[in-house]
Amino acid sequence: MSEPHTPAAARAGEELIEEAPFTATAAANVSSAQATGGRSFLPKSTLLRHLLVLVISAVGAVILLEITDPFTNSQLASLTYYAIAAGGLTVLTGMNGQISLGHGALMAVGAYTTALMLGVDGEPLPLPVIFLVSIALTTVVGALVGVAAARLHGPYLAGATLALAVGLPGLALYFRDTLGGEQGLRVRAPQPPESFRNFIAWVSGNPASSTKWLAYVGTICLLITFFLLANLVRSRIGRTWRAVRDQEVAAELAGINLGAWRVLAFVVSAACAGLAGAVLALVVRLAAPSAFTLVLSLSLLTAIVIGGLGSLLGALLGSALLVFLPPFVTNLGGDFGLSQTGAAQLAPFVYGVVLIVVMIFAPAGFVGTIRLRLMTARAKRAAAVRSSDGG
Amino acid sequence: MQQFVNVTLSGLIQGSVFAAFALALVLIWRSTRIVNFAQGSMAAATAFIALALIHSGQSYWLALVVALAAGFVLGAVVERVIVRPVEGGPELNAVIVTLGLFVAIQALIAIVAGSEFQSFPAPFGLKGFTFGSTTVALTPNSVFILVAVLITMLLLVGLFRFTRVGLAMRASAFGQEVARLLGVRVGRMLTLGWALAAVVGSLSGLLIAGGGLVYPAYMDSLIVFGFVAAILGGLDSPVGAIVGGLLLGLALSYVSGYIPRGSGLVNLAALIILMVVLLVRPGGLFSSTTARRA
Repeated sequence: MSEPHTPAAARAGEELIEEAPFTATAAANVSSAQATGGRSFLPKSTLLRHLLVLVISAVGAVILLEITDPFTNSQLASLTYYAIAAGGLTVLTGMNGQISLGHGALMAVGAYTTALMLGVDGEPLPLPVIFLVSIALTTVVGALVGVAAARLHGPYLAGATLALAVGLPGLALYFRDTLGGEQGLRVRAPQPPESFRNFIAWVSGNPASSTKWLAYVGTICLLITFFLLANLVRSRIGRTWRAVRDQEVAAELAGINLGAWRVLAFVVSAACAGLAGAVLALVVRLAAPSAFTLVLSLSLLTAIVIGGLGSLLGALLGSALLVFLPPFVTNLGGDFGLSQTGAAQLAPFVYGVVLIVVMIFAPAGFVGTIRLRLMTARAKRAAAVRSSDGG
Repeated sequence: MQQFVNVTLSGLIQGSVFAAFALALVLIWRSTRIVNFAQGSMAAATAFIALALIHSGQSYWLALVVALAAGFVLGAVVERVIVRPVEGGPELNAVIVTLGLFVAIQALIAIVAGSEFQSFPAPFGLKGFTFGSTTVALTPNSVFILVAVLITMLLLVGLFRFTRVGLAMRASAFGQEVARLLGVRVGRMLTLGWALAAVVGSLSGLLIAGGGLVYPAYMDSLIVFGFVAAILGGLDSPVGAIVGGLLLGLALSYVSGYIPRGSGLVNLAALIILMVVLLVRPGGLFSSTTARRA
């Protein structure tokens, strides 16, 4: 019963229900371009449409990475791992109504796996293999947590995953010899391959630095993840998740096994967190307990809540906020005469305040609120047309 | 044998603080069906107020009283201004709001007081009593902790059992509509409940800080322990919270006392205990409600 954007959705639903019941249900559910209704120039097939968006996004990402300076490139690299993790979390929280404060800990599993596999003596395995192993291992941990989480709801689930976020980094301290204790593991970032240098020389002639290579690796992972997630949420699986979220009883009557589908949502979400952790280890070049605190988990939650729960675009926008807001706010704090450490704390302060304000005034988040506005406007227009036809 | 006695004693003392914190969570849960994840940050904020007073030369006792009063006001304001709009709404929204509050208050403490570790004075000695030739892990300060927690519990029992206000608070927790029909100012009772819970939470924050170090996030693990203790007791039962707190304190003390390098595993042990309890008895060990919608 814990669909996060109920108040706004319900309010708009009441306004819409007489005019356009179909659009009203769509408002709560759609997650992609479908929301724009009938006159769409996009292909009818979901797969084709998503492929089109994928290609356009890929071209856009290359342009963005080539016209920006190296520092922005590294910021965009951070954006990719935040967005991958937030994408997974928004599927879990927005689509299936389960909250998780433990995604930071799941990212730690992926990051440590990557660090260990890159740190072996001799030639490490190719990157895609390392990513796949990191994802697989995190998925196993996620499945274990998911089995426990499937029986919980709301505050119980939040507390249990909170315990996960606080507890799991302790393992790094206990297995100090393998996992490096408080200092963590340094990650040897792989060098860009020859084909990448050729590609960059062909596209822009910029220097093909290691930073740029990692930004591209992150971007490729992000695009693949979002493409897969977008297809997943528009499929039978996504519809089943929303049914489990919105109407437990009806879903169960329709033959849906609630527990199994909740575990599946957790597993998919954990896989994303594992990949995000792997990319994080590469970009930050360090896997240490201090990187996976409760604050990381709460930042991810902030990202998806601000962006709009259940929307992949919202997760991306929220992650951009996580990357670009802190430097901005910290500068602002410095201008107002705060000390350096004080100014560094302004960003979490803003996150917290924004979480509260968004939940009280616009629980549908950025994307959700705009989408509801659009739909209300369209329904009113449709009603006006119909009444003028009738009259 | 001596080690066992010491580990058990420190477990009980730790456990009594967990119990107080869990009790604060349970008080709020019973009245508003919200788990206040900001409880730890709120307690930390009052502890820093006390520390500022002590640094300015005031006595520990004055600082304690002012901090508890600040906790009362903070709890009331938080309920009235921030929590009231999401009360009775989807439970996820309330969870997210208290988490936002948790982050915001913690960051605010760091901005105002800095994020360095600072030592917090203890009102009584920290040297263990000696019996004959052996020193046990029972210090004058830990006796103070036990007595303070005990007095708080008795006061709360007295309030809920024997006063009109306590009766009204129980009524509004039991059934808001009915209580309102019978003339109880339910809104005020909810505010009062949050304020009292914040006082208890801030007391446990001050007790655990005594003789140790404080920094903005020092209550983080206490939130987890308090939550686990409250779940052990069923989240609904004050007696359960106290027993759960003591049990958890003992269990964690044994983990860190008997497993080599076990102090790194304490948080993980809490997680495992929580998982086992939730899987075996999702309603907690002392659950008063038998049916719970999944």
